[in-house]
Amino acid sequence: MGTESIVVSGVTKRFTMQYHRTLKQITIAALRRQPLGETFLAVDDVSFTVRQGEAIGLMGLNGSGKSTLLKLISGVMQPDGGTVRTRGRVAGLIAAGAGFHPQLTGRDNVYLNAAILGMSEAETKRKFDQIIDFAAVGKFLDTPTGHYSSGMSARLGFAVAAFAESDIFLADEVLAVGDQPFKKKCLQRMAEIKAEGRTLFYVSHSPGSVRRMCDRALVLESGRLGFDGPVDEGIHYLKYDASDSRPEDDEIGADI
Amino acid sequence: MTTTQAAHPDRVPDEPLVAPGDHGGLHNVFRERYLLRLLVKKELQARYQGSFLGLVWSYVQPLVRFLAYYLVVGYVLGLNRGVQNFPLHIFAGMVMVHYFTETFSAGTRSIVRNGGLIQKLSMPREMFPVASMLVSGYHTLPQLGILLVAVLITGWDPTLADVGAGLLGFAIIATFGMALALLFSAANVFFRDFHNIVQTVGIFVTWSAPMIYPYDRIADLVGGTWIEQVYLANPIANGVLLFQQLFWIPTTDPDTTPIPLMPDHLLTRGLIVLAACLVILAFSQWVFSRLEGKFAERL
Ligand SMILES: Nc1ncnc2c1ncn2[C@@H]1O[C@H](COP(=O)(O)OP(=O)(O)OP(=O)(O)O)[C@@H](O)[C@H]1O
Ligand SMILES: [Mg+2]
Repeated sequence: MGTESIVVSGVTKRFTMQYHRTLKQITIAALRRQPLGETFLAVDDVSFTVRQGEAIGLMGLNGSGKSTLLKLISGVMQPDGGTVRTRGRVAGLIAAGAGFHPQLTGRDNVYLNAAILGMSEAETKRKFDQIIDFAAVGKFLDTPTGHYSSGMSARLGFAVAAFAESDIFLADEVLAVGDQPFKKKCLQRMAEIKAEGRTLFYVSHSPGSVRRMCDRALVLESGRLGFDGPVDEGIHYLKYDASDSRPEDDEIGADI
Repeated sequence: MTTTQAAHPDRVPDEPLVAPGDHGGLHNVFRERYLLRLLVKKELQARYQGSFLGLVWSYVQPLVRFLAYYLVVGYVLGLNRGVQNFPLHIFAGMVMVHYFTETFSAGTRSIVRNGGLIQKLSMPREMFPVASMLVSGYHTLPQLGILLVAVLITGWDPTLADVGAGLLGFAIIATFGMALALLFSAANVFFRDFHNIVQTVGIFVTWSAPMIYPYDRIADLVGGTWIEQVYLANPIANGVLLFQQLFWIPTTDPDTTPIPLMPDHLLTRGLIVLAACLVILAFSQWVFSRLEGKFAERL
């Protein structure tokens, strides 16, 4: 058996720009001879292989298809062309904010999320304190997550995913909404995950943290895989290290 | 492409490479019983969230409906005189019709309502309509209890065949409700019109089964014609009749007028209808698995 953890080959994902939903809209669009659904490729013929235990930094400008690629890897979306294959359990946080049910309390959502990630009741009970300690939402644990601040739901969502048993860990925009102390904890936890030999797939706009966490960078450019290789070259490819960016920007990046 | 960092060959899970998000459909839902239990619990909480009376509403609604039917149909229209134990006739039918419409309407909305989870996490999405069906079943239990008390007070002497008929009727309604919930929950993601269709169908369903009128009215009108056959092929009518065979017929006296009438070959018809419902369920599952790949992007 091979040691591949994620195999993505020739993957394409097509989205429709605008969905005409009502009969009126469809009729008007047809009369004006507008196309009924203009489509574009959010992920365009992307291929790469990740071996178990690698830490990948996925970078790219806004809208370049990073979250979409992560959704394809986690199985939330299906590719329109090509194949995605993964080995073992996948956990993670996609596109800031966890899959929470707003009416349920934080506690119930932890159990529900953990169950969806494939954890048994006993397993969740065992890890519950760890998760709660990490998320540190305090007394809000028993209030509906619909009333959480975006930082709080991100914390709880990250905590569940980070302590679930998984072989592949996806982290998308985890640091975008967290405060400084939480960002530090997240990076620490991801370093642990990496040290445990789990495959890490980390999406970030901060070159500093990618440099620290990852062994390899992928850069998406409007859905196409523009770069696949060493982190420093990837950052250079994206011009995130360009001279006009003030040095303290990267300092912040390194900080978080 | 190659990296200096060694992969962790010892950490490689002892599993093959698989396509993520392929959960294998309806029968796998029942394998993940723990998750299903959590979802059912969640649905139970959510259905009456923020309502002061909570679960009481699932008694009030059927009670009011029952009274309306009984008073209007029984007394104003005078059907009371034409049917033995007319309240039981109505109520037995209502339990099944209510179970069906609840499963159908809650199930149809289930995928859209759980969009937050579906857009972020990968799981067998059939879970949601199945959970709706189970929650509807749970809400039907108290009504069944009331029905049981009512038939016992009236005097009830069912045979084993009657019990079989009742179970068969329940199986038909559950299967048919599940099949439609699965189909419409997927369709509802693409066009939200579908949950309006469900309400329209709900009105039709109430009249399509012998609940507020007895079967002999149908037999009088269209007995022996193809229309009667079509009427009896309707899973709702069929399930209701089978259910009444257990909860109404054994309380009546076959020798006093008005003589309670049931269609011939009721059990055989029931088995055929159940088989047909299973085929519809398989078809719905097939459609669902075609469409579910697009749920996350269309929600
Ligand atoms: N469900 C959807 N329907 C239509 N278009 C979509 C859908 N989801 C994403 N897109 C489009 O696909 C493109 C890629 O989006 P994606 O979220 O993957 O970007 P990203 O690289 O994660 O960006 P960011 O850095 O802002 O997080 C965007 O143009 C976006 O508008
Ligand atoms: Mg994104």
